[in-house]
Amino acid sequence: MRRWWPPLALLVAAVAVWEIVVRAAEVPEYLFPAPSAVASALVQNADLLGDATVVTLREILLGYLLAVAVGLLLAVVIHFSKTLRRALLPILVLSQTVPTVLLAPILAILLGYGIGPKLVVVVIVCFFPVVVNAVDGLGSADPELVRMMRTLHGSRFTIFLRVEFPGALPAIFSGARIAATYAAVAAVFAEWAGSSEGLGFVILQAQPALETARIFAAVLVLSALALGLYALVALAERLLVPWRSEAARA
Amino acid sequence: MQHSVTQPKVSPAAAAATGVVFDSAVRVLGGRRVLEGVTLHVPAQARVAIVGRSGAGKSTLLSLAAGLADPDEGSVAVGGAVDATGRLGRCALMPQRDCLLPWRTALDNATLALENAGASRREARARAAPVFGRLGLAGAERQRPAKLSGGMRQRVAFLRTLLADKPVLLLDEPFGALDAITRAELQEWLAQVLAGEPRTALLVTHDVEEALLLADRVFVLGAGRITAELEVDVPRDAPRREVVTSPEFLELRESALEAIA
Repeated sequence: MRRWWPPLALLVAAVAVWEIVVRAAEVPEYLFPAPSAVASALVQNADLLGDATVVTLREILLGYLLAVAVGLLLAVVIHFSKTLRRALLPILVLSQTVPTVLLAPILAILLGYGIGPKLVVVVIVCFFPVVVNAVDGLGSADPELVRMMRTLHGSRFTIFLRVEFPGALPAIFSGARIAATYAAVAAVFAEWAGSSEGLGFVILQAQPALETARIFAAVLVLSALALGLYALVALAERLLVPWRSEAARA
Repeated sequence: MQHSVTQPKVSPAAAAATGVVFDSAVRVLGGRRVLEGVTLHVPAQARVAIVGRSGAGKSTLLSLAAGLADPDEGSVAVGGAVDATGRLGRCALMPQRDCLLPWRTALDNATLALENAGASRREARARAAPVFGRLGLAGAERQRPAKLSGGMRQRVAFLRTLLADKPVLLLDEPFGALDAITRAELQEWLAQVLAGEPRTALLVTHDVEEALLLADRVFVLGAGRITAELEVDVPRDAPRREVVTSPEFLELRESALEAIA
């Protein structure tokens, strides 16, 4: 619990300064709302934000899970086949050089306003750190462990199952944690490119109306979602890779 | 003679027939001839040790026996099999480091070979669990390696090797990373366990005393060749302190050290 105090104190201080400065300088709310104005916008728009949150959360979660699954699958394929590694890796890197800003509207045209194009955008943005870290992790198994396994009836598959994959889990989770921080932003991007619901849509609608406090409220919810996803992934890591924290304590 | 603690599924006939034969084996690594024509014979069910300085080619020699590599010239045969796959099927290697998997408990590390061979986790555990107590590992079953002492880890690693049910055990500096006291303790422990195993054991070490305590025959490896062969015929039933100070033992030790130098 103790390690939460410093960031929390800093956050509270920043919010307080923000409130004081906005009030003292009499900044109009449509330019830069004070924290109190954001809070009241949050309460006033609770229904609107609640519905939008459900939509965006589904995009984030489904897209993220899909991204991790695709990333792991690609990593395993790349790990097992040198030919596919040579064929796939450049294409995967290439996929990251296409700007999402351009890709999202094209996908909206192709796939419509439903959840489909949002999932595609989230997957494209999120799968890459998973693949890269997983490929590295799978490839960096201790050669001595592999030799030991070979003399103990180990096959290519059992070596993967019992040595390479568990050994790669910390690296895989590093990638998954990075991906978790991208997912919320990617979902909003996709909503901006074409949608009629979700937090991104709420932000888009509030802009011309100069409802800046509502934009801030939506961003606040979005940050909370991203933080929640990150915490969930960290928790999963603690549960699935218990030997790491145990070793650190030993 | 005591019974084998692991009740290996190695058939007595296979064990009786599985010796290791090196015939002018040469191994070149990175342009250097690490093994320069090694010829040696390990009779079935014998305990043989190879001593030499670091870098003498001891680990390379074990890799050849294990079938993890092939000799560049000459041949290596285990139980008559000269191909790498045949040797791999007959040998279990205990590497220099314990190589326990940090994500598995001690029990599940010990059962690794059984599970690799297709046994279910339950069957494998049922076979390994009763042996834990007899090998001085009682209570360690559910611990992960990070929580075990160096000596315990080596015991688990050795049990894992035994449970591979192979007729030949290859031990690469099994106690190299241990402190002197634990080391002496484990040498005694290993001698006892091996006494009940109907298997061939080939041990590699830089410790002459360890070789003389554990093996019936000791080969000295120097600069990639066998430079001496010693028959160990000293009585070893007495307590260790008496054994290692007996004139016969000291004489053997002297000639081994001379051959290494």
